[in-house]
Amino acid sequence: MIDIQHLYAGYDHDILHDLSFSVNKGEMFGVLGPNGSGKTTLLKALNGTLPIRGDVVIQGRPIRQMTAKETAREMAVLPQHHDVSFSTTVEQTVLIGRYPYQKGLFKQWTKEDYRIAEEVMEQTGVTRFRHQSLLSLSGGERQRVFLAQALAQKPGILLLDEPTNHLDFSYQKQMLDALKQWSLKDGLTVIAIFHDLNLASMYCDRLLLLDQGSIRALDEPEEVLEVGHLSEVYQSEIHVHAHPSFSKPFTNVVPSYQDQKPEAVISPDHLEVSESRVYYKSLRPLKCYSSAVLNPGFGWFEEFMNIQVDHSFRCEDPAGYLITEAERYGCQTYRTVGMMTAAKVTDASTVFVEKEDFTVLVVVTAGTGNAVDVVHNNRHMQEAVPGTINTWVFIDGHLSEQAFAQSLMTATEAKVKAVTDMDIKDPLSGTTATGTSTDSILIAGTQQGTVLEYGGTISSLGRAVGPAVYKASKEAIARYLDRKEEGI
Amino acid sequence: MQKPYIQTFLANKATHYTGSVLLLVFSVFLGTSLGSVSISFEAIARIISGQLLPFLHMSEGTDPTLQAIILQIRLPRVVLAGLVGGALAISGAAFQGLLKNPLADPYTLGVSSGASVGAVAVLFLGITLPFAGSFTLPVVSIAAAICTIFIVVGFARLVDRSMSMTTIILTGIIFSSFLGSFISLMISLTGEELRQIINWLLGSVGNRGWDYVHLMLPFFVIGVLLLMFTGQELNAMTFGEERAKQLGVHVERQKYMILSAASILTGAAVAVSGTIGFVGLVIPHICRKIFGSDHRHLIPLCVLNGSAFLILADLLARTIVSPSELPIGVVTALIGAPMFAVILIRRRKGGRSS
Repeated sequence: MIDIQHLYAGYDHDILHDLSFSVNKGEMFGVLGPNGSGKTTLLKALNGTLPIRGDVVIQGRPIRQMTAKETAREMAVLPQHHDVSFSTTVEQTVLIGRYPYQKGLFKQWTKEDYRIAEEVMEQTGVTRFRHQSLLSLSGGERQRVFLAQALAQKPGILLLDEPTNHLDFSYQKQMLDALKQWSLKDGLTVIAIFHDLNLASMYCDRLLLLDQGSIRALDEPEEVLEVGHLSEVYQSEIHVHAHPSFSKPFTNVVPSYQDQKPEAVISPDHLEVSESRVYYKSLRPLKCYSSAVLNPGFGWFEEFMNIQVDHSFRCEDPAGYLITEAERYGCQTYRTVGMMTAAKVTDASTVFVEKEDFTVLVVVTAGTGNAVDVVHNNRHMQEAVPGTINTWVFIDGHLSEQAFAQSLMTATEAKVKAVTDMDIKDPLSGTTATGTSTDSILIAGTQQGTVLEYGGTISSLGRAVGPAVYKASKEAIARYLDRKEEGI
Repeated sequence: MQKPYIQTFLANKATHYTGSVLLLVFSVFLGTSLGSVSISFEAIARIISGQLLPFLHMSEGTDPTLQAIILQIRLPRVVLAGLVGGALAISGAAFQGLLKNPLADPYTLGVSSGASVGAVAVLFLGITLPFAGSFTLPVVSIAAAICTIFIVVGFARLVDRSMSMTTIILTGIIFSSFLGSFISLMISLTGEELRQIINWLLGSVGNRGWDYVHLMLPFFVIGVLLLMFTGQELNAMTFGEERAKQLGVHVERQKYMILSAASILTGAAVAVSGTIGFVGLVIPHICRKIFGSDHRHLIPLCVLNGSAFLILADLLARTIVSPSELPIGVVTALIGAPMFAVILIRRRKGGRSS
């Protein structure tokens, strides 16, 4: 569709150096790069508003051989800034997009021009402003009017300079969704500059990363949005993760300022055990990964509660129940991880391990009434009954994502070992149980101090977590069994 | 679906043109009718049609004194005022559209001063260009106007690439006063041509006669025709030169043509009537408000209404303190300067007040 061959362009001196690449028909092509890397210059070079050396070829025709009107029929531009000096109406503004198709001396609009203007106003949702003056519209509305103007040119290629600049997130999404649709459905080729790496990642088929006027990377988002490229080109610390709900890379910056909150110290002193609950309050939010009822998954939380419920407790909406409970105790629900258990919470067992460069606190409450052997679990009903081993692991250290997963394994293995060592049986199969049907676990890290890359069984973290969980689980199960024997 | 709208749109345009033409005709009649001797519209109609369509013998039986007053004194004055007003108004509209600047007009841009320097120089030196003959004054004046606008725009671009509203106006004012000092210099050095120069400088369309109309007419026709065909390009250029280029407008060529055409009109107007300020500011501004900013219509409508405006302004100038006359520039400035202030204040208050 468009071929760029050895392109040099600039103002007083060259800003772009020897760029060569091509963009396919129907492709959504993102241009990234820090300020001053030549993104806007590239766009201007492509649409012929800057003198260039090298070639820009559209569908086999070099752009330098095309007249201004021919270029405007192939390629439309949505600039970043708009000059609005007179109170032109929206309709007039959109109609001007038909200029490249004008013929004759007096240049009247044809029926076709009106039809297309109508169509693109509909597409961009500006029809209702048609008789209003541009000056009376907001920045976002104007942006859509100029998009309509560009679309009225009926171009094969649309060049956009930060198209979502003045738009709030819902219009950003709307606009990019529309562009993506047109590229998928009508084969519109979209070349757009992005400052927002994540939008670029989610919407573009390929990305071009510019660095000081040269191509640093040109590939699919997964390849281009890579920590090495980004931190070098942007000269800033940046993290790349998987997008939580979309199969594209997701970048984020981490602020480097220091806040006034105290350091998060992991200590058994912050633990509070009462008749009704186990409660831990951290001095600052911890990064958590858990299977809790309230606020499960990854997140940052500073209050943790394990509420005792009755054996016969049945609830349609356990999370809702925990929210009410949390509020009753005066916890802020968005900062709280909540679990529940039928075991006596006063029997909670705590193990605190102090290593040279990090500490681990493990808190376990255990009830083995619904013990299950994971190998024979098909005998059990689907319904979850409380009576549970709940394990909390607080770590004062900087855990990698890998360490979270490995700690989870280590802690689970230690728990299974404790359950089997205590000779708990699955009542239905009669075999040795591996846990209960509703066990829950939390791994929480302060994300400061020592970097803990690994949490496997023989890593330094695993060596602390494994025995601590084993010891705490065993102790908690023992207390549970004692209480049962006493017949309470 | 869209048809009714287009129709009302066209109907609207038709009323715009009809209204403007009627206003112009009315102004011509009023301007010819009023004065030391009042003449009825009917007599004017008879005498004019008698001149234009002699075979109808419409003017037979009319008073020959009246005929002389109308044909030799009032009508040339009215026609000249009309031509000058129309020329100044559309050159203002063109400058504004091209420079995206609602405060631009031949006067604020310094083009009028440039043309004045040219004209005064001709009077001062008493030269006659061999090829131009009696057209020496307007030709030199136009050439000076064209030079001035290119220098002003070039200088403004040098100062500020984006050519903001204030930069252009400031540049225009600086050049105006710079050129004004040249005029003062020539006046102070002048001897016997003083009266002629001062007379010309005061700015008037009175006592000029048909000669001046003939002097002005060819340039008026050329300028107006050139601008009439650039309406769509001007529309595109109100979004900025770069956007216009992206829309396929041959920006450089159009820009030179529009600036030249507007300067030809200004130069010719200044050559016959001296500097008359603010017509190019007031008329396009009012026309935009009433008729919308589509330059394809704005340009012809500015011609019609600019003509009518200056005819009426001239009428006011010569009747208000009768039997003596005010310079017409005083009348236009009294209307125009406050308008300039109003536009400036509105602009400064931000975009969202339309």
